[in-house]
Amino acid sequence: MESLGQATTRALALLFSGDAALWAIIGISLKVSLQAILYATPPGLVLAFLLAHGRFPGRRALISTFNTLLAVPAVVVGLSVYMALSRNGPLGDLRLLFTQEAMIIGQFLLAFPILVAMGHAAIQGADRRAWETALTLGAPPWRAMLTLMHELRFGLLAAVLAAFGRIIAEVGSSMMVGGNILNVTRNIPTAIALETSKGEFAQGIALGLVLLLMALVLNFTLGVFQGKGELRT
Amino acid sequence: MLRKILIAATAALGLCLGTNALATEQGVIRLATTTSTDNSGLLAKLLPPFEARTGTKVHVIAVGTGKALRMGQEGDVDVVLVHARPAEDAFMEAGYGVNRRDVMYNDFVIVGPASDPAGIKGLSDATEALKRIAAKQAVFISRGDDSGTHKKERALWSDAGVQPGGEWYREAGQGMGKVLQMAGELDAYTLADRGTWLAYSGKLPLEVLTEGDRRLFNPYGVMAVNPQRYPDTNYMGALELIAWITSPEGQAIIRDFTINDQPLFTPVAVTMAKK
Repeated sequence: MESLGQATTRALALLFSGDAALWAIIGISLKVSLQAILYATPPGLVLAFLLAHGRFPGRRALISTFNTLLAVPAVVVGLSVYMALSRNGPLGDLRLLFTQEAMIIGQFLLAFPILVAMGHAAIQGADRRAWETALTLGAPPWRAMLTLMHELRFGLLAAVLAAFGRIIAEVGSSMMVGGNILNVTRNIPTAIALETSKGEFAQGIALGLVLLLMALVLNFTLGVFQGKGELRT
Repeated sequence: MLRKILIAATAALGLCLGTNALATEQGVIRLATTTSTDNSGLLAKLLPPFEARTGTKVHVIAVGTGKALRMGQEGDVDVVLVHARPAEDAFMEAGYGVNRRDVMYNDFVIVGPASDPAGIKGLSDATEALKRIAAKQAVFISRGDDSGTHKKERALWSDAGVQPGGEWYREAGQGMGKVLQMAGELDAYTLADRGTWLAYSGKLPLEVLTEGDRRLFNPYGVMAVNPQRYPDTNYMGALELIAWITSPEGQAIIRDFTINDQPLFTPVAVTMAKK
């Protein structure tokens, strides 16, 4: 067994030698997760806004539901999407199972509750009067919403980054609905799972380092934005 | 209150650790094996009588052959039951294993959709079948996980003189059961061991199209991890388990194991009458 140090050295060599297979996997991860976050963010934040400022029956229940959904394991989401897209499932005719689209659907569902719950928390923490003032100044509701969202951009960005952090690193749903197919649906987490099961630790560590680096950059950015958010009065 | 919870948690943890320690005293045998012996349900028949008789627990770690051998090589397990003769021989020659025994064999089959776009139904020449699949560029799912089945598949492609690749050749990097499910979903061909195929066949829109080639023969071997290399492995337990698997009783269980009335494995360790 090579030591952790040896494996890490080889992992760094792999990364910096531009190992094509490795970078293809990283590319797929980014492509899928960025698309998922792109599709999930607008509806997620609008819903968060409605939950914070709307007044309709069942609002509280909805908020609780989304807070609960934060804890749904990725494999459960994966299983649901698998059942829906499988040949015998209701959406079987779309033939989406084991494609990048299927992975995007799964990650969309994982990101959505985080965007709603964290977005809602950020919007709720804002001064309600800003919203009312915008309305009394004669702005149509959607303009007022955009203005307020712009005011709260740091808190909302934190929600987006947190959601992205979750989906870039999840393995359960991607493995199930994507199928870990080389050059098609093999992303960083599923590749790590596979390389480990093959005993190819250097590959796994190299990919793990990429994930760690991404997490570091994300969290650092998050910290910067949250700090800026606090300074705003 | 918090303190009480902490104390309770510590006590519970201690209890867990205690029972763990107890288990090792009674003896645990760690068996690394392939997904095919576990997915097919054979081990669920073969191991309980052994556990009842000896009072030892067998912990089954079902992974691909490549990983199973590696676990043996690193002393993470006591005994290995796999199917990849060249890799097994290399494992023995390098001194990682001792006391290898032939256990049984089954065979591989090429399965695919009933529509059979590549026209391989009824062939008994596996390489010819693969050539036709490649020529048609019909979707083929490869295990791609360095398992015994994957090694076999790669050998067959090289025998066929085909370098598989492209949109139609998809490496899943997952276990046999999962790959069969994928083939079913995508109307694709794949190479499967007969055991897992039989276990899944009722649930899939696929059928066996090519079988009976000598090259599709799939022998299984069991070996103990070398105790000189890793003195802390349960060598005696490993030998007991090997003895059980290759005993007339164990071999009879293997012989009588069927799925949908189809026998899966043919025992070879002791000569016995066909049922």
